[in-house]
Amino acid sequence: MAIRAEGTRSGTDAWKRNSRAREARERVIKVFLTACAYLSIFTTFGIVIVLFEETLRFFLEVSVVEFLTSTRWAPTQGDFGVLPLVYGTLVATIIAIAVALPIGLLTAIYLSEYAPSGLRQWLKPALEILAGVPTVVYGYFALTFITPLFRDSVFPGIESFNAISAGLIMGVMIIPTVASVSEDAIFAVPRSLREGAYALGATKRETATKVVLPAALSGIVAAVILGISRAIGETMIVTIAMGAQANWFGSPLEGMQAMTAYIVQVVGGETPRESVTYKSIFAVGSALFLMTLVLNLVSYWFVRRYRETY
Amino acid sequence: MAQGSTKVERQTGGAGGPDFKASMATRYGLDRAFTVLVTVASLVGIAVLAVLLVDVIRDGSTMLSLEFLASFPSQIFPENGGIYPALIGSVWLLGLTALISVPLGLGAAVYLEEYAEDKRINRIIEINISNLAGVPSVIYGLLGLGIFVQLLAPVTGGGSVLTGALTLSLLILPVIIVATREALRAIPGAIREGGYALGATKWEVIWSHLLPMALPGALTGIILALSRAIGEAAPILVVGVSLYQTYATAGPFDGYMALPTQIYDWISRPQQIFQDSAAAGIVVAMAVLLLANSFAIWLRNRYQQRS
Repeated sequence: MAIRAEGTRSGTDAWKRNSRAREARERVIKVFLTACAYLSIFTTFGIVIVLFEETLRFFLEVSVVEFLTSTRWAPTQGDFGVLPLVYGTLVATIIAIAVALPIGLLTAIYLSEYAPSGLRQWLKPALEILAGVPTVVYGYFALTFITPLFRDSVFPGIESFNAISAGLIMGVMIIPTVASVSEDAIFAVPRSLREGAYALGATKRETATKVVLPAALSGIVAAVILGISRAIGETMIVTIAMGAQANWFGSPLEGMQAMTAYIVQVVGGETPRESVTYKSIFAVGSALFLMTLVLNLVSYWFVRRYRETY
Repeated sequence: MAQGSTKVERQTGGAGGPDFKASMATRYGLDRAFTVLVTVASLVGIAVLAVLLVDVIRDGSTMLSLEFLASFPSQIFPENGGIYPALIGSVWLLGLTALISVPLGLGAAVYLEEYAEDKRINRIIEINISNLAGVPSVIYGLLGLGIFVQLLAPVTGGGSVLTGALTLSLLILPVIIVATREALRAIPGAIREGGYALGATKWEVIWSHLLPMALPGALTGIILALSRAIGEAAPILVVGVSLYQTYATAGPFDGYMALPTQIYDWISRPQQIFQDSAAAGIVVAMAVLLLANSFAIWLRNRYQQRS
């Protein structure tokens, strides 16, 4: 009896000591893990503060109105109208989406509705590789393969740096983004909708295009917006293959400069830190950040919408 | 068949609407055409990748050799140049980025999956992470320039390989967090409850059960994220990667060259020999990428079969 009481007491003591040490360790670990999660908030604040601080200093020297409305971009001559850079970015993006939307969407339909499961297991990782190819590699390919190909065939007058080659290859780069987000949405469409269509006598194609696609529409919209955001932020393809000369309303067969390419051009040179040109990359960066932020938020909203429907 | 289609036609006149095509032959024909279309479309990307690989191997074959891997780039004798310092720099970037981003990413994912209660701030963190994943990489470069190169210069040594790794870590953290969270979510709740029933604390359950079980799935995402990180040129160009240096990186505070920026530097020179060097560098980069991807896919398939 006595022994058992003794044993229980020492056992309890040991447990308590142990428990206090464990609780302390638990608390320390929880603080560390919380800090890891909050790091993402600091990252966002960091981006906003760094960008907007230098942008404000830029706007002390260049008027906001000139920056947003002037169509001349020539930093060496003190012309800071951002529109030609935005134009370059948009032309490349539109070409890229014109490639990635149809191909990505058809790929998603194939993967989700048509592909035998063995092939699907192969095709999906292969597409992921496309998204992982370093963008300098795509830039090289656009510059040294696609552009000469165009020159020798359909567009003899094409410039060495041009928007169409850069845009086409950028489109190939974002096919996996469009395909995989669309496929998630198409896959989430309930079986009963498909079976209902078949029961009414629809063929496989009719079911896919007239029942499944409309039901997955908000996810597909999200995929396209995400693709646009990727294309706008893409840097090395447009730097290498589209050129470094701002070009307001140029043809896609001409060289033009994208917003991202301008940032790389300036940091590559020896620009003094206090110059307006140096500050201008942060102003361009802010514009870029805001554009992609809005697109990402809209895309996030669309994804949530289709998740909630089913 | 002919009779069948007339019957259908009669129905279309009513509520079927113009969408309902009468002829079964036409409808099945369209179906076959559509099947071909989606099949071909899904192969376009792969075809481009194949053409790209053949093209760079053809262009790079003149320069590609073991010596190319072991030599410094040269502007006087470009035909003897190589990617040695760029390769060493990229290995440093990879190692440091992994050391920084993996613990932080795992930590954030564990917090969000296991600790966070559904409070407003945690929802904000979630939306925030998914937004960070969409921020262009060149913007991370500007962040690194403002914080690590300028503000924290005494700690990071300015444009050092450590600065490059810190910048790339912030870039890939969202990807690592998302992949780890998915892996943690796939673990059944019974595992956690079993651990608690045996008297384990929360962290003991996480450390001994959840992390080891989540690791294969998380590792797939981590490998893909890291292989993306060392392929990035834009952010490290902004935070001051060297386009030429006479020594190989030997410590975290040294300057560094990197494979993608070396390739970019060669592409931007007009002479053919530099274009060939760029192609040879691309072959090396693609070999590393395909290896990393194959390993990640192998890991995922193995893991999926088990669970």
